[in-house]
Amino acid sequence: MPSNKSVSDAPITQFINCRILRDHRLQRDDLWVREGKILNPEKLFFDEEGFADLQVDCGDGILAPGFIDVQINGGYGVDFSQAADDISGGMALVAKKILEHGVTSFCPTLVTSPPHIYHKVRVHLEGPFISREKRGAHPERYLCSLAGGGLKDLLEVYGSLDNVAIVTLAPEIPGSLEVVRQLKERGITVSLGHSVADLSQAEQAVQHGATFITHLFNAMLPFHHRDPGIVGLLTSDQVPENRTIFYGMIADGIHTNPAALRIAHRAHPAGLVLVTDAITAMGLPPGRHTLGQQDIEIEGLHAYVAGTKTLSGSIATMDMCVRHFQQASGCSLEAALEAASLHPAQLLGISHRKGTLNYGTDADFVLLDDELSVRATYIAGHQVWRK
Amino acid sequence: MKLIILDDYDKASEWAAKYIRNRILHFNPGPGRFFTLGLPTGGTPLGCYKKLIEYFKKGELSFKYVKTFNMDEYCVFHELVKAEISHLDMNTKDYHSFMWNNFFKHIDIRAENAHILDGNAVDLQAECDAFEEKIKAVGGIELFVGGIGPDGHIAFNEPGSSLASRTRVKTLALDTILANARFFDGDLSKVPTMALTVGVATVMDAKEVMILITGAHKAFALYKAIEEGVNHMWTVSAFQQHPQTLFVCDEDATLELRVKTVKYFKGMMQVHNKLVEPLSPMQEKQRITVEMSEKPYSD
Repeated sequence: MPSNKSVSDAPITQFINCRILRDHRLQRDDLWVREGKILNPEKLFFDEEGFADLQVDCGDGILAPGFIDVQINGGYGVDFSQAADDISGGMALVAKKILEHGVTSFCPTLVTSPPHIYHKVRVHLEGPFISREKRGAHPERYLCSLAGGGLKDLLEVYGSLDNVAIVTLAPEIPGSLEVVRQLKERGITVSLGHSVADLSQAEQAVQHGATFITHLFNAMLPFHHRDPGIVGLLTSDQVPENRTIFYGMIADGIHTNPAALRIAHRAHPAGLVLVTDAITAMGLPPGRHTLGQQDIEIEGLHAYVAGTKTLSGSIATMDMCVRHFQQASGCSLEAALEAASLHPAQLLGISHRKGTLNYGTDADFVLLDDELSVRATYIAGHQVWRK
Repeated sequence: MKLIILDDYDKASEWAAKYIRNRILHFNPGPGRFFTLGLPTGGTPLGCYKKLIEYFKKGELSFKYVKTFNMDEYCVFHELVKAEISHLDMNTKDYHSFMWNNFFKHIDIRAENAHILDGNAVDLQAECDAFEEKIKAVGGIELFVGGIGPDGHIAFNEPGSSLASRTRVKTLALDTILANARFFDGDLSKVPTMALTVGVATVMDAKEVMILITGAHKAFALYKAIEEGVNHMWTVSAFQQHPQTLFVCDEDATLELRVKTVKYFKGMMQVHNKLVEPLSPMQEKQRITVEMSEKPYSD
């Protein structure tokens, strides 16, 4: 049929027979896509007198915004923290593989590493400005202080900050508050983690611009009723108005007890961001593998620092986390899906482009069944993976 | 007139939808031969639209060769007001959105065949004149479906509107603004005060007129429209002078009518119900081969 659309001749696809996540609710409605963006069909009808070129039947499935993983260290044998020559090849491999889990955007995470690693590609920098005690799987010998003068130290270690989306640091490290402020000024999301900070130190960091907590409960002081520590940020009254504190949760059933997950969710549902913290071994069979500068051991769904019982990261996939979160918390399907899409987009300040199915946003979405298993994944309106 | 009285809102909506369906099928539209339909907005026709969508989804009815003309649309020009009301339910504050969400998006009508006045046009009267021309260009309207306001108005032809009026800009009466406030956060200052509307005479020009009236709050208006004289204070009364008018209502809407009137028309229901029976196989054949030139039942 000849096109009579006035704005563009690009083909229009209409996804029918589906329930879409819009305005925090699953609604029975069609999804329209043109040129990689979600299209407003009403405007198309009245302003352009246009119609769909192609209709795709979604078999009564759920269409949700594509998942965004802001903490993923690698997978399928690729380790983002290794100074491999083919770093973009490795990222491309992981990017392609995690489409199966519904992840359409992610922040490759680099854990504490010797300085030369950072000078290649960096997006979520977890360390090295973290607490010695709470380093978790991060190698002690590469931890740094900010004694030299804040941002200067950062730049010495990281090199340029141009491609950085998130930096995780410990706010009790002297000099960190000024660094938080300067990073925030550059539009970088500052996250608190791997830290022994008490609540007031954490609150100060928030007042200086921190907005995220790296894997809540893990690698920080446990909640204490007289000093809740970083966990207390979820209900702190010192958070500036109109600011939401987001917190990453590894909802794999291992890193956090479901009861703790529920406490966090009930205390502050709007801030919950599902992350995988997936490591190199994700997607690989059991055995010994490398993460950053250390060796790890896989047993079933657990990944330990080789020779210890310290968790070294998770090998759960994002869709597993979404399902587990929904089951453990009893929350609605919409809330579970938003924790993996809308909230990370809000955290990164990109919710005008990603994380929703609003008109004009990027057409990255995932088709799921009622059990939240991924049936197909779409990027820019094109199917990039199908079960 | 034919006064069709059904038990409740759902039955009235269904009757009206079946009537429209049968009229379209009888007309047998095709390429170059469009069925022209006038359409209303508001709460009353929602049930009727739902039924029509059902018939389309069942494959009983297509809107591919149907041209529609809506009765009216709000004027909201001030950018400040637009910003203030942008968060409200689009269906209620913008008749384009209402028609898209409640009807057009569910059926196979082509956008170029759906005509709605543009309340944001730079020259409002020119927009109205152009609308009249469009109706003329398609050969007039076969069936104009409308509702009635509590003050007896048809479209936005408020009390006092000339019964000889054509499509034009109207200032809304206080009654109408109060009635609409519930869609605008209850804030009177946000309710549009002007609208574009087809005139009483524009609707009178249609070959047939069907008015949907449901609910006790419309009962007095129905009484004024059909049991009292033709009066510009109750503009729906103009249709007493139209040769082919149907009033489709529920029991509640008849509460202010004389028992005699209600009994008379209820007695005719057996005859009137034939108008909404599914087309028989013989009629289907007729539909395909013969052009219907006369109405099955006249006034």
